[in-house]
Amino acid sequence: MPKRSARTTSAGTVAISPEAVASRLAASRYLADESLATAIFLAIRLGKPLLLEGAPGVGKTEAAKAIAELLGRDLVRLQCYEGIDAAHALYEWNYQRQLLAIRHAGEHEVDIYDDRFLIARPLLQVLKAPEKRVLLVDEIDRSDHEFEALLLEFLSDFQISIPERGTIRAKSQPIVVLTSNRTRELAEALRRRCVYHWITYPDAEREAAIIMLRAGDVANATARAVATAVRDIRARPLAKPPGIAEAVEWANAATILEKGGSPWPEAFRRAIGVLIKDEEDLSYIAPELGRIVEEALA
Amino acid sequence: MTGDVNDPFSPFTGRRCPEGADEGRRQPRMSTLPRLPASSPRERGEESLPRAAAPLLGFGRLLRRYGFPVAPEQVSGFMQAVALLGPRSMADIHEAALATLAPPPDRRDEFEAHFQSHFYGNTAAVVEGEADEETRIKDDGGAGDEENEVARQEEGGALSSGAEQLSARDFQRDGDGLAAFRRKLASALPARRSFRTVRTHARGKLDLRRSLREIVSADGDIPSPLLRRRQTVPRKLLLLIDVSGSMKLYTSDYLKLAHAAVQGADRAEIFTFGTRLTRITTPLRIRDRDQALARVAALVDDWDGGTRMGPTLLAFLSVPRFSGFARGAAVVILSDALERGDHAELEMAMRRLSARAFRLSLATPLAGDPRFQPATAALHAILPMLDDLVDGSSISGLADFILSLARPASAAAAIWKRVS
Repeated sequence: MPKRSARTTSAGTVAISPEAVASRLAASRYLADESLATAIFLAIRLGKPLLLEGAPGVGKTEAAKAIAELLGRDLVRLQCYEGIDAAHALYEWNYQRQLLAIRHAGEHEVDIYDDRFLIARPLLQVLKAPEKRVLLVDEIDRSDHEFEALLLEFLSDFQISIPERGTIRAKSQPIVVLTSNRTRELAEALRRRCVYHWITYPDAEREAAIIMLRAGDVANATARAVATAVRDIRARPLAKPPGIAEAVEWANAATILEKGGSPWPEAFRRAIGVLIKDEEDLSYIAPELGRIVEEALA
Repeated sequence: MTGDVNDPFSPFTGRRCPEGADEGRRQPRMSTLPRLPASSPRERGEESLPRAAAPLLGFGRLLRRYGFPVAPEQVSGFMQAVALLGPRSMADIHEAALATLAPPPDRRDEFEAHFQSHFYGNTAAVVEGEADEETRIKDDGGAGDEENEVARQEEGGALSSGAEQLSARDFQRDGDGLAAFRRKLASALPARRSFRTVRTHARGKLDLRRSLREIVSADGDIPSPLLRRRQTVPRKLLLLIDVSGSMKLYTSDYLKLAHAAVQGADRAEIFTFGTRLTRITTPLRIRDRDQALARVAALVDDWDGGTRMGPTLLAFLSVPRFSGFARGAAVVILSDALERGDHAELEMAMRRLSARAFRLSLATPLAGDPRFQPATAALHAILPMLDDLVDGSSISGLADFILSLARPASAAAAIWKRVS
C-alpha cells in the first residue's frame, strides 16, 4: 500500500521504539514517562489518533507540541469551545473577496470557488499537507456533541467534502493528537478509534527533573523541594490543584526572591501567588504552607 | 454461560460472572465457533493467528464480560500494538493494553486486577475498589448506557435484584402533574446564547454565505439581505438531592421530579448525596419511571443515613467532570441543609458552587412552614451565596419553581430579610 510506505518513511524512521521516542522527546525538553512514550510510539506506528486525558496542567498540550517537534512538523492547533462549528474547524469562503472578484470581473467569467477564496481552517490545513503538519485538537471535552460527531467522521476517513469543490482527501494519514480535561465523558466511538493515554501528575523525581529542564536557573535542591511540596499540596482538596507549569513558575519565582535577599522558606512562602491562583485555596493552604515547605526542604 | 463469551461481536454486557475470571487462560474454543460471513475480520484473520495470540484475544473478551466497552477494532489494535512493541516483556503487553483498550480512568484498578488475573493467573487479585476515608463517589456513567440496554432485556439478574430494593423503598405511581412539568421544562429553562447561528428574518447579522449565493444567482444584483442570528440554547439543569434520614419523607417525590427533569430537559444531571455522592443521571434516562427509580434505589448506598452535606458537595466539586456540570448551569439543591457540627466546609462548597453556577437555589421542605426562618447557623452562613431559598415541601410547588428559573428574582438574602 503506497499510503503506508509514505508514512513509515517519514514518521516510522523517528519512531523505532518507545525508548527512542522518549529520548527524542527529552531532546525537545519534554520528559515523558514510559507509558506515555509507548502510547505516542503506538499512535505513530499504528496510524491512529492519540487521545490524551488528564487533569488540567499535567502537560497534555505540551506533549502535542513535543510530538510535533519530534517529527519535525508544524503543529496546527484547534482549540475547542462550546459552540465551535464547521466554519471554524474545516473551512470557510472568503465572501468579501468573492464579491469583489465578481464586481471586478465585470463581463468576464470568474470562478468564485477558486483556491484563493478558500480559507483553510485547522482540519483542512492538516489534510492538505499531512506530512508537514501535526493536528492538535485541544480540550475536545469543551465542544458539544455535534462537533464530536463531525470530528469522528474526519478522523475515520481523513477527508472533507466541500459542496462547491468536491471531496478533499489526505494523501497520507495525518498524525492527530486530541486532549481532554474530562469535564465530560467523550463518546465511546471516539475513544475506541484512538490510542488512549491517561496522563497523571509526574512523581516527585520526574517533576524535579522537569523543573530543572524548564525553569531558567534553579538549583537542584530547590527543584526537588518544589516537587515534593507541590505533590503534598496537590493531595489536598483544592479548587484548582497546581499544574506542572505552576510548579516551574514557583521554583523560578522563589529562586529570584532568594537572590533578592529572602531566606529559603520565606522565599517559597512569598512566591506562593504563582503556584496557587485562587483566593480560597490560598487561605486554605496558608496555615500549613510553612510546614509543607519545611518538610520538603528537609 | 451464554454464547457471547466466545463472540467478540456480541454487544457489550454489563453482567459480572464470578466464575469467569480464569476463563481467558483456557484456550478459546475456536472449533465451536459458528461460521461467519467471509467479510468478517475473524474469518479473514483469526484462524491463521498464531497460538500465542489467543490470550490477547481472550483478554478482550474477559474485559467485555466485565462490562468494559471493548470494540473488535480495539482488540485488533491491541494485538498490532503488542507485535509492534516486540513484545520484550509483560510490561510491553501491559502498556499496549492500556493504550489500545482504553480503560476508563475510574475503573483503572479493576482493569489492573483483570490484567493480573488473566496474564499472571493471579486470581486472588481483588476487583473491589479500595476503601478510603474520603467521600465515596459513585458514577454509573461510561459503559452505563449499554449496561442499561442489556439489563432491561435480561430476565434474571440485575433487574430482579433492583426490584427487591423496590419493596424496601416504595415508589408508587400517582398523578402529580409531572407530565406537564416534563413537557414544559425544555422551553422553560434559562437560556444562553450558543455559538451557532440560525437563519432569521429580522434582528440578525448579514449571512454572507447565503447572500453571496443569492447575488450570484441574481447575476450580481443584491436582493434583500439574508440574516443569521446566534442561536439560544437552554442551560444545563443540575439537581442535587439529599437522601439522608431527615429528608426521608421527601426523597421519593424528589426522585420522581428528577426523573421528569431528565426526561424533559436536554441536559440535566442528577446526583444524590447523604454520606456519599452518587450520580444517578444514567438510570434516570430509562423512560419507564418505575424501572428507572428501581435502578436508582439499587444504585444509591446511603439511603436514610446521616448527612455530610459539606464534604459531599466538596467531593462533587473536586471531580472536574462533575464540577463541569455546574458551570453555567441552573443548580437546585434539594435539602434541609441541616448540617451537623461545623459548617465551614458547607460554606466553602456553596461559595464554589455559586461561583460556577448560573443560578444556585436551595429548596428546603422546612420552608413549607409559614414560621420558617433561615436561622440555623449553616443556613445563615450560606444565605448570601444563594440566589433562591424556596419551599421544597410539595412536588408541585417545586416543579413550578424550576419552571420559573428563567425569570429574574431578587437574591434570597434580600427576600428573607424582608420577611423577617
